[in-house]
Amino acid sequence: MATEGQEHPISVYLKIWILLFVLSIFSYMVDFYQLQGWLRWSLILIFMFLKAGFIMAIFMHMVWERMALVVALLSPMIAVLVFIAIMGYESEYTQASRDVFFDDGKPDKVWAVPHGAHKAEHHDGAHSAGETH
Amino acid sequence: MSDTSTTSIKPLPDGMEGLTHDWASDQRAFKGVPWGKAMMWIFLLSDTFIFSCFLISYMTARWSTVVPWPNSSEVFALTVGGVSVPLLLIAIMTFILITSSGTMAMAVRSGYQKKRKQTAILLLVTAILGASFVGMQAFEWTKLIMEGVRPWENPFGAPQFGSVFFMVTGFHGFHVSIGVIFLFINVKKVWRGDYDSGKRGFFTWQKGRYEIVETLGLYWHFVDLVWVFIFAFFYLW
Repeated sequence: MATEGQEHPISVYLKIWILLFVLSIFSYMVDFYQLQGWLRWSLILIFMFLKAGFIMAIFMHMVWERMALVVALLSPMIAVLVFIAIMGYESEYTQASRDVFFDDGKPDKVWAVPHGAHKAEHHDGAHSAGETH
Repeated sequence: MSDTSTTSIKPLPDGMEGLTHDWASDQRAFKGVPWGKAMMWIFLLSDTFIFSCFLISYMTARWSTVVPWPNSSEVFALTVGGVSVPLLLIAIMTFILITSSGTMAMAVRSGYQKKRKQTAILLLVTAILGASFVGMQAFEWTKLIMEGVRPWENPFGAPQFGSVFFMVTGFHGFHVSIGVIFLFINVKKVWRGDYDSGKRGFFTWQKGRYEIVETLGLYWHFVDLVWVFIFAFFYLW
């Protein structure tokens, strides 16, 4: 069973450990300095995937495992991505219908969501030619 | 079990060639890993799906609500010396969990070198760090419950915030707690020398081996891995 062990130099673990600390500090700084919008979201995702990748690759020894195991574990994640996409569309639809049917009578709320571009026009009650409501 | 590696003259092919070779070998597909480790990986894969479902339902709730989502930076802020520091406790919890992951990786390494006492001590440190993580989470829950956060309502914004918070962090905290229990059990077993003598376990009746430390390590790193995603999506987003 000697081939089934995972033994690696201690320096690899220490380096990754420090790296994870640094990446965590970076992601905390994103909130500390209150970065907003796409910069915030992209930085959060970059640091998250880097941390997750290093934990899986080094701490969980995935880079040293055989391809048969790695592929069996990573390929099902495609299903998760598909699920994220499906529920993303679904939640957009749900929010659109809530905006329409939970309406409190203010014209701005009624017209703002479905196509987004008609906010200004509807305060005077006029409909543009492209509307189908 | 190790028939392929001992009887064949050539070593197993690596990479994509190894993938087709292993899967088409008409034998076990996961070569080069102990049985328990492969099973732990399969369990972790299924657990990934559970946590994915939680985080996806959180995404769906947050994207579909018409009520503003609470600002987690303010909700989880702590006041230290009169200054409000955003996400302070969460940041400390993150560092504690990463530190425990580091000590766990060291424990796995010491285990393969058959350093009995070193392995036990590193596992003990990991367990104590994990227990302190759970303690801080209990503190966080208490604080939020006192502020009026419930699964159905909260004073900060969208009511789904409470249900997502308790469900996601609760399920993760449960995983950490189970991990801490198994860590303490393994501290005792390693310290007693079960993995040197091959003493059989009280539940599985399998022979004790230091590979068990790595299997436990996989679980512990996975708990850390899930926290990376919860930290990013729930606390920072």
